[in-house]
Amino acid sequence: MRYVEQEKVIKRMNGRLVVNTIFKGLFMAATLLALLALVVLLYRIITQGASHLSLDFLMNFASRFPEKAGIKAALIGSLWLMAVVAPTSIILGVGSAIYLEEYAKQNKLTTFIRLNISNLAGVPSVVFGLLGLTIFVRAFSLGNSILAAGFTMSLLILPVIIVASQEAIRSVPKELRDASLGMGATKWQTVVNIILPAAIPGILTGSILALSRAIGETAPLIVIGIPVIIQFLPRGVFDTFTALPIQIFDWASRPQQEFQVVAAAGIIILMIFLLIMNSIAVIIRNKFQKRY
Amino acid sequence: MTTIKTALTKKEPVQKTDKKSVYLTKQLNLWYGDNHALKNIDLDIKENEVTAIIGPSGCGKSTYIKTLNRMVELVPSVKTSGQILYRDRNIFDKDYGVEELRTRVGMVFQKPNPFPKSIYDNIAYGPRIHGIKNKKILNEIVEKSLRGAAIWEEVKDRLDENAYSLSGGQQQRICIARALAIEPDVILMDEPTSALDPISTLKIEELVQELKKDYSIIIVTHNMQQAARISDKTAFFLNGEVIEYDDTDTIFSNPSDKRTEDYISGRFG
Ligand SMILES: Nc1ncnc2c1ncn2[C@@H]1O[C@H](COP(=O)(O)OP(=O)(O)OP(=O)(O)O)[C@@H](O)[C@H]1O
Ligand SMILES: [Mg+2]
Repeated sequence: MRYVEQEKVIKRMNGRLVVNTIFKGLFMAATLLALLALVVLLYRIITQGASHLSLDFLMNFASRFPEKAGIKAALIGSLWLMAVVAPTSIILGVGSAIYLEEYAKQNKLTTFIRLNISNLAGVPSVVFGLLGLTIFVRAFSLGNSILAAGFTMSLLILPVIIVASQEAIRSVPKELRDASLGMGATKWQTVVNIILPAAIPGILTGSILALSRAIGETAPLIVIGIPVIIQFLPRGVFDTFTALPIQIFDWASRPQQEFQVVAAAGIIILMIFLLIMNSIAVIIRNKFQKRY
Repeated sequence: MTTIKTALTKKEPVQKTDKKSVYLTKQLNLWYGDNHALKNIDLDIKENEVTAIIGPSGCGKSTYIKTLNRMVELVPSVKTSGQILYRDRNIFDKDYGVEELRTRVGMVFQKPNPFPKSIYDNIAYGPRIHGIKNKKILNEIVEKSLRGAAIWEEVKDRLDENAYSLSGGQQQRICIARALAIEPDVILMDEPTSALDPISTLKIEELVQELKKDYSIIIVTHNMQQAARISDKTAFFLNGEVIEYDDTDTIFSNPSDKRTEDYISGRFG
């Protein structure tokens, strides 16, 4: 008596293959739907905004007249913001991740901290805006400066960077750690020479994706009170500034139809900005990818 | 306990060869949380010998060998009691740094674990972390270590290649060379050939014979023939205890404990 009867297996085979095909179709439809929505969105924005794209758009400050409105202050402002957010969040984030993964004792407190870092990643950005307003803008009297906004944004994306870095560090094979420690290397030498080089692709990919979130965030900047109309460029981190998403939000909320076109052009610039950052993430990942 | 005593008294002829001890383990106990993994271990390991540790899976062989360079402490729940004297100094002493201990005691792991770096950088890693920067000295260490691990001829023209491009057997010899590069006194090997083919295994066995002139070697193995071929002394572990420890010849031809006999004749484990 055999348990697996070939004839029955073959009879049932057709049914199984049909189910397989149905699910394949369903998943494909889901993917296509998402893609379609994206394409429509892109199409609308590009057809709407392309006409306003020009060198003047990049070189002009904001204006009451749609045809003269430019994005210079916002673009440069966003670059300044990144210049503060990137080093602050990456140094703090990677440092915390190294501490939590490599040095911290594995006890209840560490587990609790870890869990809450993941939870922080889900806190709405407005809350971080309020935090920034209370601490950096008021308590530290930084006003609505690049520094205040940069620190706030850093706090916002810090959890994401910590979690991504922790994951990257954890994925370094234990055998490599053992090999290094087993030769008398200190923990720090092991971290610098073995763990970080192996974890860097994951850390950078995660960090850049987090940074692109910081570029697109609007709510915290509004809460902090970042102005929209600015007719000068910041000369340092203590100056005030404006950023791409705020500028776009302002244009999009104006009644005149012409400003909708300007907003679309702004979105295109923002998307190019994000595209460049994501490409950098992909390049880094491919360049450093290691086999184990 | 009585069996341990008989085993220890039987060891008399061994001690006549006036070799010095490298590792003297006294009443070592080790717990993983509540799991009592090593029980009252007493072992006297001599220098310039190959000491094999055999026993069924889960009996504590890896745990013991990892205790000798305190790698076992990387497991947070580990607690120990007793003493291990390495060259007459208790390795559990507060002022005995693990880094110092591990510089004297190299380790080769079960799975070949080269770094994802060039062959050269793999070997130079140890010397570099101990502060040697001189290029000429590093070159010499790399060549000497690779020769010592019998792999120089195979890799001398491709030192810049990633160590991952080598075969498993070659990678394991790279790992042995890497351990030699810090010029250790003792080399611990935890089943170094279990992931390798017969020819690579043979090469490593020959290498071990060669290395014992300059180093003391402690090797865990599941392969009874291997233990018989390459070791001078053999310790048989069972359920965290040392059942018998003696000359390899004695263990394999005339064991004093029934359980040792059962194990080496393949009746369990
Ligand atoms: N990291 C660990 N955490 C908790 N318990 C462990 C750990 N490593 C080993 N043990 C336990 O300690 C005991 C001895 O394990 P050990 O790895 O030393 O056995 P072994 O003799 O090397 O076995 P094998 O021949 O399978 O490698 C086992 O009961 C095992 O479950
Ligand atoms: Mg083992």
